[in-house]
Amino acid sequence: MPVEPMVVLDGVHKRYGDTAVLSGLDLRVERGEHVTLIGPSGSGKTTILRLLMGLEAVDAGTIHVGGRCLTHMRRRGAVVPADEKHARAVRRTIGMVFQQFNLFPNMTVLGNLIEAPVRVLGMSEAEATRRAAELLELVGLTDKTHERPTRLSGGQQQRVAIARALAMRPEVLLLDEVTSALDPELVAGVLRLLRLIGESSDITILCVTHEIGFARDFADRVLMFDGGSIVEDGPPERLLVEPRVPRTKEFLAAVLEGR
Amino acid sequence: MTGIWDWGYAVEVLPALLRGLQVTVLATLLGSVLAFALGLVLAIVLRARVPVLHRVVRAFVEFWRSTPLLVQAYVIYQVLPDVGITLGSLAAGVIALGLHYACYTSEVYRAGIEAVPVGQWEAAAALSLPRSRVWFGVILPQAVPRVLPALGNYVISMFKEVPLLLAIGLVEVVTVARQLSADSFRPVEPLTLAGLLFLLVSLPASILVRRMERRAGAG
Amino acid sequence: MLDNLPLILSSLAAGVPPTVFAAVGGIALTIALSAVAGLALLSRHRAVRAVSRVYVEFFRGTSEVVQLFWIFFVLPALVGYQIVPLAAGIVVLGLNHGAYGAEIVRGAVRSVPRAQYDACTALSLSPWDRMRRVVLPQAVVEMLPSFTNLFIQLLKSTALLSLVVVDEIVRRGQLLVPNLGVGEKLTIYLVELLLYLGLAVLVTSGMRLLERRAAARVGRPPTAARSGFATGVAM
Repeated sequence: MPVEPMVVLDGVHKRYGDTAVLSGLDLRVERGEHVTLIGPSGSGKTTILRLLMGLEAVDAGTIHVGGRCLTHMRRRGAVVPADEKHARAVRRTIGMVFQQFNLFPNMTVLGNLIEAPVRVLGMSEAEATRRAAELLELVGLTDKTHERPTRLSGGQQQRVAIARALAMRPEVLLLDEVTSALDPELVAGVLRLLRLIGESSDITILCVTHEIGFARDFADRVLMFDGGSIVEDGPPERLLVEPRVPRTKEFLAAVLEGR
Repeated sequence: MTGIWDWGYAVEVLPALLRGLQVTVLATLLGSVLAFALGLVLAIVLRARVPVLHRVVRAFVEFWRSTPLLVQAYVIYQVLPDVGITLGSLAAGVIALGLHYACYTSEVYRAGIEAVPVGQWEAAAALSLPRSRVWFGVILPQAVPRVLPALGNYVISMFKEVPLLLAIGLVEVVTVARQLSADSFRPVEPLTLAGLLFLLVSLPASILVRRMERRAGAG
Repeated sequence: MLDNLPLILSSLAAGVPPTVFAAVGGIALTIALSAVAGLALLSRHRAVRAVSRVYVEFFRGTSEVVQLFWIFFVLPALVGYQIVPLAAGIVVLGLNHGAYGAEIVRGAVRSVPRAQYDACTALSLSPWDRMRRVVLPQAVVEMLPSFTNLFIQLLKSTALLSLVVVDEIVRRGQLLVPNLGVGEKLTIYLVELLLYLGLAVLVTSGMRLLERRAAARVGRPPTAARSGFATGVAM
């Protein structure tokens, strides 16, 4: 029996006002797969992550995560749009790291890490603190445990944000341009951490990035987006080296020239 | 006594209340003019950093806006005659309002003046414009339009504070309402109508100011 | 001219406790109403928003003196029961300033960046935890400076209670004025003004302390240093 894909998007439509961002997108991501989404800004990559995280609602189509439907639910035999409670239950298996970190400034680093495990997963504070200590060791910030997030560098904040997402033991991790807001010298540390996580866990990862080098050695698969649809889909060693679609070629040339 | 609300009586007292409202509005408008002018003077004195004067003005503004308008009105109405300056209720009330609110409007002007880019001062200096031209030809024409909504809000606040001048004998709308209720032993209609009249004026005024804010924000 | 200074000082000082009582009671009621009405203004339910909006616009749209007279003179005529003047005063101070406070609370909650809500969604926090643990703690920092100004306004408004014969500072002064010589009115009013200034400085310093603590809790430097000694106006 074939294993069900971890993430399934079927005919997803999304528009903001008059502009269609996604029109009828289909996508399958296998369990444990690392997928990198590249493409010009406004091509719909980030929208996919936001739809998966439930930060936006689909206009049409369905999304399944881990075999459960995120966008719809059954009520008295009929299929209806998911309500907040249903969506929250499905989302619990998904974690996200944002471009701007979005740490809670009113809590310490430790507070940020234990907040959701305690309040959402119902973990004891002692247990959550123990887990948080492990994660902070993993991201190399043990000495910042009781620091305020605003006192950390951008790179440190992003490592805390990654730890915070991992603290929820997600099955799917969404990375939304996590290095775009960082000073160049801080990017390498964050990427190293992500590689480590990718190698040492079986988390399914969807990653929007402009770091082509990172995409090459991190991803199992690269998706090239343009105008709200996937124009090319393939393994990084092929797609990034010998793109078949002209649009991909142009994009890669432009990105590589920019550095 | 009839029911809770007597329409006949309400209609009967309305004309007198409206005359009182005219006085309230008049005091507000005169007070605003004074507050706008005096506030501007205070703002310029503070900005120009006239040696000793700006410290005195600053202390006065702080002091005056931390203390009740009611007491200030008493000072102007009751103490000034002791030094030979006798003012009527309206004049004393307008001065009290104007002086009190000038302490707020000076702050509004200050913010507006600070929002004018430094380059404008430098350009004016580079042209060797005289001091008064710098202020009235360059800086204020840019600063004042953007603070108009904030000034408008203070006019509305002032309008709602005029009734406390009944303490110094100003016959404005609430005084009229109090007199009517004392004469008839029926406070319900006059005082409720007085309250509604305030809403009737200040709600449209607030909407107007909000519209000015949006326009200033967009412009 | 200063012969009667001890008398003036002792008479006016006797008015301080009622003034402080009215201010503290008014501030407590203001905080409660601001929180309830402010959050109600942000409710998902249209009816809840509407009720709160009517309260806010009504009390911000009418004069505090009218509100005071209404509770003092009209309400007894309607319900046949006279409220103690000081209590009526506290109720009006609270209702009036609570309406302004509601807008402060609403504005502060809305100023919390959208991204913080996104982060809460990504962590599956419930709307209740999101408000209580993430949004409100940040909004409080934002609203404190505005509340400082509001409390100073409220303190000044306690003087209006003299109009409904509460024996606070101003009414004590009014009782003295006819009994003392011509030249001493100025002394009386000056002492009154200085008493209010003193109280205002107390309110402001207390609030500054809170502002600094709250700002430190979200890892921010305190809101722009202000030089004003009482109301915190930067000049």
